[in-house]
Amino acid sequence: MNQLQQIEQDFLRMDIPPFKAGDTVKVHVKIREGEKERVQVFQGFVLRRQGEMHRETFTVRKVSGGIGVERTFPLHAPMLDKIELVAKGRVRRAKLYYMRELRGKAARIKTIR
Amino acid sequence: MAQINGLLGRKIGMTQVFNELGEQVPVTIIEVGPCTVVQIKRQDREGYNAVQLGYGDKKAQRATKPLVGHCAPSGKGPFTVLREIRVDDPDAYEVGEQLTAEQFATGEIVHVTGQSKGKGFAGVMKRWGFAGLRASHGTHKVQRSPGSIGTSAWPSRVVKGKKMAGQMGNEKVTIKNLTVVGVRPDQGIILVKGGVPGSKDGVLFIRKAK
Repeated sequence: MNQLQQIEQDFLRMDIPPFKAGDTVKVHVKIREGEKERVQVFQGFVLRRQGEMHRETFTVRKVSGGIGVERTFPLHAPMLDKIELVAKGRVRRAKLYYMRELRGKAARIKTIR
Repeated sequence: MAQINGLLGRKIGMTQVFNELGEQVPVTIIEVGPCTVVQIKRQDREGYNAVQLGYGDKKAQRATKPLVGHCAPSGKGPFTVLREIRVDDPDAYEVGEQLTAEQFATGEIVHVTGQSKGKGFAGVMKRWGFAGLRASHGTHKVQRSPGSIGTSAWPSRVVKGKKMAGQMGNEKVTIKNLTVVGVRPDQGIILVKGGVPGSKDGVLFIRKAK
């Protein structure tokens, strides 16, 4: 292993549950307001995972008040308190960009169990 | 260990790290040292105070005998790179002393010097960012040319310093005021925010900003 990979290894978080595109997750984000720190939860389905090692990011999409909201998080960021896997989804793509076009009943993802 | 204001090193590559605020910071990983003090220059003998550092192993059979002999008092070497750095107190060092990445601390500001990547004989668009000529309306085979390089009867010559095509890169470049965002003495590595000149494995000179 070279020195570059070694450094990157040190930044990997080991507490990340295995999840894929289509899964529903709760992302607990630490938010610093001045001195205080609080945790905000962002729940939605994973639209994509992108990148590798500690550079990996994932995008969570939810529909809030009729408006689609997407947030991209660095997977190994220390600002993530935890990632909670709510449901496994059955999808046939790795990137679910088609979900952006779908509304209502069509915009559902079948869950596995 | 004696403090020194600069060391030789080697570029390992770039990546990104999270800082204490949780932000992603682009960093260059530099293997610093270990540098060996090869020679100490003193005011009364050489006219100025400096230490000469040696870095990088050179095969003994590839080194000239004068180089081997020059490095011999340090008990190391021969070295691929020798570089002098001015010091205030030459008595703080001794020949053969090893200086490592521990010389640097997180948060320090450094200047990094290296040999930039060679781009060969480059045209004005690549070398100076000229816009080139337009694609149509009679332009023929000169889309990447500089266009006019001056006026006519006066001064009847091209002004000195006119930006033209020529060798680009493969020159000594110093990037100033880079922040050290991490030091790993056990690995002999420092992390510096931003990019530094040259290719991976390129030799760098890292100097503390005054």
